[in-house]
Amino acid sequence: MMEKTIDARGVYYRLLNDRIQEAVKDGATKIILTGVNGQRYIGTRVDRPVEIEIEGVPGNDLGAYMNGSTIIVRDNGQDAIGNTMNSGKIVIHGHAGDVLGYAMRGGKLFIRGDVGYRVGIHMKEYGANIPILVIGGSAGSFLGEYMAGGILVILGLNRKPGEPVAGDYLGTGMHGGVIYLRGNVDEAGLGKEVAVFELDAADEERLEKLLCEYCRDMDIDYEEVREEKFVKLVPVSRRPYGNLYTHA
Amino acid sequence: MNFKWQVNIMEKKYPRIPSGCAISGIMNKKGERFSGTDIMKSIALMHDRSNGLGGGFAAYGIYPEYSDHYALHVFYESLSNRVSAEEFINEHFNVDTSEMIHTRKVKGISNPPLIWRYFVQPKKNKLHSSELTEEEYVVRCIMRINSSYEGCYIFSSGKNMGAFKGVGYPEDIGEFYRLEEYKGYLWTAHGRFPTNTPGWWGGAHPFTLLDWSIVHNGEISSYHANARFLEMFGYKCTLQTDTEVITYIFDFLMRKNGLPVELAVSTIAAPLWKEIERMDEDRKELIKALRTVYSSLLINGPFSIILGTRNGIVALNDRIKLRNMVAATKGDFLYVASEESGIREICPNPENVWVPKAGEPVIGLMEGVKEI
Repeated sequence: MMEKTIDARGVYYRLLNDRIQEAVKDGATKIILTGVNGQRYIGTRVDRPVEIEIEGVPGNDLGAYMNGSTIIVRDNGQDAIGNTMNSGKIVIHGHAGDVLGYAMRGGKLFIRGDVGYRVGIHMKEYGANIPILVIGGSAGSFLGEYMAGGILVILGLNRKPGEPVAGDYLGTGMHGGVIYLRGNVDEAGLGKEVAVFELDAADEERLEKLLCEYCRDMDIDYEEVREEKFVKLVPVSRRPYGNLYTHA
Repeated sequence: MNFKWQVNIMEKKYPRIPSGCAISGIMNKKGERFSGTDIMKSIALMHDRSNGLGGGFAAYGIYPEYSDHYALHVFYESLSNRVSAEEFINEHFNVDTSEMIHTRKVKGISNPPLIWRYFVQPKKNKLHSSELTEEEYVVRCIMRINSSYEGCYIFSSGKNMGAFKGVGYPEDIGEFYRLEEYKGYLWTAHGRFPTNTPGWWGGAHPFTLLDWSIVHNGEISSYHANARFLEMFGYKCTLQTDTEVITYIFDFLMRKNGLPVELAVSTIAAPLWKEIERMDEDRKELIKALRTVYSSLLINGPFSIILGTRNGIVALNDRIKLRNMVAATKGDFLYVASEESGIREICPNPENVWVPKAGEPVIGLMEGVKEI
């Protein structure tokens, strides 16, 4: 394994991403970025899977269009992480902002803390490419809006009593994929295209595997996470917009 | 700067310029003053949210030696414009000091207007015969100059505060105005990304009236409804941008109608009817009343704003959170910015960092003050 450390303090994002590219070309398999603050598009242009470890707060569109790499952020993240990400894995140990995992088509995005609004919207899947987004904290409104595929898990850890796990318009317009939600769902806040179901055996198996990986990455006690019950949200319609853009 | 062009546009009714931007604010609740260096660093970090067509700052506590005077900051196109405007100013105000604002040459800032500063108090006899409150008198004088005097625009008018703005990237504008030489207890900043028309010096943020200042990221789709309503109360929306109305709405709701900040916020970022249905009866009645009485002051469209006053700041997102905003505290300092990195650049290890919810204001009050 070849490791390379880049000091990102005060380095403009284009230059920083050029340096990452150079390191990848030189054969680095692990790149450590120190002093990161606000630089955008980290991990975007990297076309050979590497591991990128980030100290500091990376800017918007972290791992946008990312293809196979792994990004670990020890601090908080900003907006639009994993935008249209294809494959690979992003782990954020703090909280993160709005529009995470937008139109994700594969790979994993794990967030330890709370997330903002419009997270996981337009996620999609095809064949073996199934994007997975796990949120440790709570989410704002429009979670999983227009979701067309993939798996979204929301744990609501550390929330105050009575606080909802997710905001309003949860799963509005959703027509594919599944949302696993830990705790209760306020049905008044649900989009009308989804319904709440109990988990079946296949769900349990899938969730266990996923949560074990998440808890290992985040150093959380798996048993504690499982103490509260999960429910699943799935669309009650199938391809409701199918006739909107194409002829049936 | 082409004021001729500006005047032509100003004559068109209700022009509107949508924009996407960066905002930042810092306050020390104990009133300790600090230089403009930090706010410049914060807004500079978010450089890519702006496009060089507007930047600006509001600073509170910078003129303690003139704390009883209204500080007028004025753009002039030419000397002759200054002469005619000063005639009006001298007729309506006692001018203590009149001076050119000290600037420096900066690469990236071209064709600045003449930028003048006056410390004034209303003429007692004029004020008395106007039968207006002092503040209303000042507001009317500003509206008069900004709407009827060519090549002249008052862009700041509060006490012990000032706005500094222009066309350029915000960090260049800050350097141009030598903001590192000023000391204030509260600063806000804006980097502009206007999308429909060229930027001009008057159209940069912040927008101020008396000591209200607004920096805004977003665009207001309710602009015309808001502007028509405000016009009935003597406000003239002349500045070619939607943000101007936010300043006047706060002035109208809080200074003129005496609403507390929480209700002003519930007016402009009113809860959706669906949410109102879920409220308890008292709250439901109150919010419904606000939505009825002030229905024309609901602000629609994406926004994140920072309102600055001498008493503190209010940071607010639109009700469905279409723009980003992060807040943090450390010691006596409160920070808000479009991006967390904009805060961490000047406060690497805050005690608390959080992302405010849609329509939920972050209210930072100065110590010893009960209301904004």
